[in-house]
Amino acid sequence: MGGTMGGTMGGTIRIDAAEMDYTTLNRKIRSAAAGGVSEVILDHVLGQRFIADGLRGTVRLIINGVPGGDLGMFMSGPTCIVHGNADHAPGNTMDGGMIVIHGSAGDAVAHSMRGGKVLVRDDIGYRGGIHMKEYQEKSPVLMVGGNARAYLGEYMAGGLIIVFGIGGGAAVTERGIGSGIHGGEIYIRGPVEDRLLGVGAKKKPFGAAERKRIAPFVQEFASHFDMDGKALLDGDYTRIGPASARPFASKYTWE
Amino acid sequence: MCGIIGVMDRGRKEMDGTQIRRALAQMNERGSGEGAGYAVYGCYPEYRDCYALHVFFDNIHENKQAVDDLLGQWGRIVHEGQIPTYDQPNLRKIHAPWRYFFKPEKSLMSWSPSPEDDIVTHVVMRINTDHRGALVISSGKNMGVFKASGWPEEVADFYRIQDYRGYLWLGHNRYPTNTPGWWGGAHPFNLLGWSVVHNGEITSYGTNQRYIQSYGYHCTMFTDTEVVAYLIDLLVRKHRLPEELAVRALAPPFWDEIDVMGERERKLNTALRLTYGPALMNGPFAIVVANPSMMMGFTDRIKLRPLVAGECGDRLYISSEEAAIRRMEPSVERIWMPRAGEPVIGRVNG
Repeated sequence: MGGTMGGTMGGTIRIDAAEMDYTTLNRKIRSAAAGGVSEVILDHVLGQRFIADGLRGTVRLIINGVPGGDLGMFMSGPTCIVHGNADHAPGNTMDGGMIVIHGSAGDAVAHSMRGGKVLVRDDIGYRGGIHMKEYQEKSPVLMVGGNARAYLGEYMAGGLIIVFGIGGGAAVTERGIGSGIHGGEIYIRGPVEDRLLGVGAKKKPFGAAERKRIAPFVQEFASHFDMDGKALLDGDYTRIGPASARPFASKYTWE
Repeated sequence: MCGIIGVMDRGRKEMDGTQIRRALAQMNERGSGEGAGYAVYGCYPEYRDCYALHVFFDNIHENKQAVDDLLGQWGRIVHEGQIPTYDQPNLRKIHAPWRYFFKPEKSLMSWSPSPEDDIVTHVVMRINTDHRGALVISSGKNMGVFKASGWPEEVADFYRIQDYRGYLWLGHNRYPTNTPGWWGGAHPFNLLGWSVVHNGEITSYGTNQRYIQSYGYHCTMFTDTEVVAYLIDLLVRKHRLPEELAVRALAPPFWDEIDVMGERERKLNTALRLTYGPALMNGPFAIVVANPSMMMGFTDRIKLRPLVAGECGDRLYISSEEAAIRRMEPSVERIWMPRAGEPVIGRVNG
């Protein structure tokens, strides 16, 4: 296994990221993590891409500012807490660990994510959870406090998406939910108009068993953002999943 | 990819080019060093009544006389001179940038409702289709486009963009994908008061280009963005569509969305789609368009390119990335992501 056993030595390091390019910044983060600190605080982050990409271990990054795209790409283990908005694709192909965003995020959040969790307090852009996937014990989770735009869970192959729609209005009002979905599940608090479902997506029953399934995730989300988890869980949820495991079988194959 | 940014001060308070240069360089990951450019409005107050023609000459001695003659034939050159440039180590000066302040002779197109604009459009199309070593890159009043092949900081320093002042700026950091990068292919693209910066690709370029050609606009820059400037000029200046409807024609709602609209909206959107079918732009795009009185940003209708807007006092910002806006204005008051196909429009007061 690469990386270090973070936390064994402990301690916190602060890095001032003002005017720093992302290569230098990532080198500093990696060197701090390799040195065994348990927490790295990044101040004045502004637009640096690829933060914590491919990072392993259990280090915790506190990111103060607005990180650039692909935060935590291929990351496996660490936790990133963002105090600000994130740009496109935080959690891109992430393998494990957690990203918590105290703000909003751009398009393609949790793009192709294969493990771990991405929690966004406010809204996300288009194509949230596009092509998330799962395999054996790996199953990624994306949770969004506010609203998600069109093509949520597009080509989704596994994992779990929950959108809470906190702050009024329907959680998702745009088209193409679960377009081409062939695995995984999308839970949206409140009703969802049928016309918003994408090709291959289907509404499924939501009952006590499903509420129980999402309960620990909802509680975890609420605890990160100081919310009432019970109230959040008590709502009515729309559950959306694949109509079939191979929605485009007839398009590409002859059987 | 490409990075775009625009800033407008509704109260016409001027900004120099220092901040937009920094904001554009913030997005260098979106560029490839093969093209960058700036448009600035309000930079030539002493010649505010003249059309400022920015021209790239291959060679001033060989190519300039023909342009002088054509301008003399259609009006009067009030003032002219080389656009000052400053050598940069990594930027090769391929063209000699020149500017004319030009007054067209109205009576030569007396049948037109807008003779001056039509004369200038005609002159620009003539020069740019003649392929005689001259290319007009901007032709509006009291504004100018400054662009070249290079990184945003190099192009800015080449023109000393920080020495120009204006109330509205556009900037572009280019990553050419379908055609080679060259000076004329850098953004912004301009015609009369319209300037356009664009991230993405207009896959309907062929259809759009043929459509616009039938109205006398000729695409000569070997890249798709040019057609956007001409489409906007046609729809807004000539057909007098409000900007919101022009965007609706270029990036219309899907038919299944039109089907569920109320009757009035449905009729309007159906008429727009039928009338302007060949103007519909397909493919991924995020665009910022400006003219002397407004700035507008919009994306393709399925949002294949990013666009973020911000506000701070009288200033409206539109960019590919929030960080670029925050680089210009750290205390930005409101940041939001416009919906696909829905324009963000800011207008200059008064």
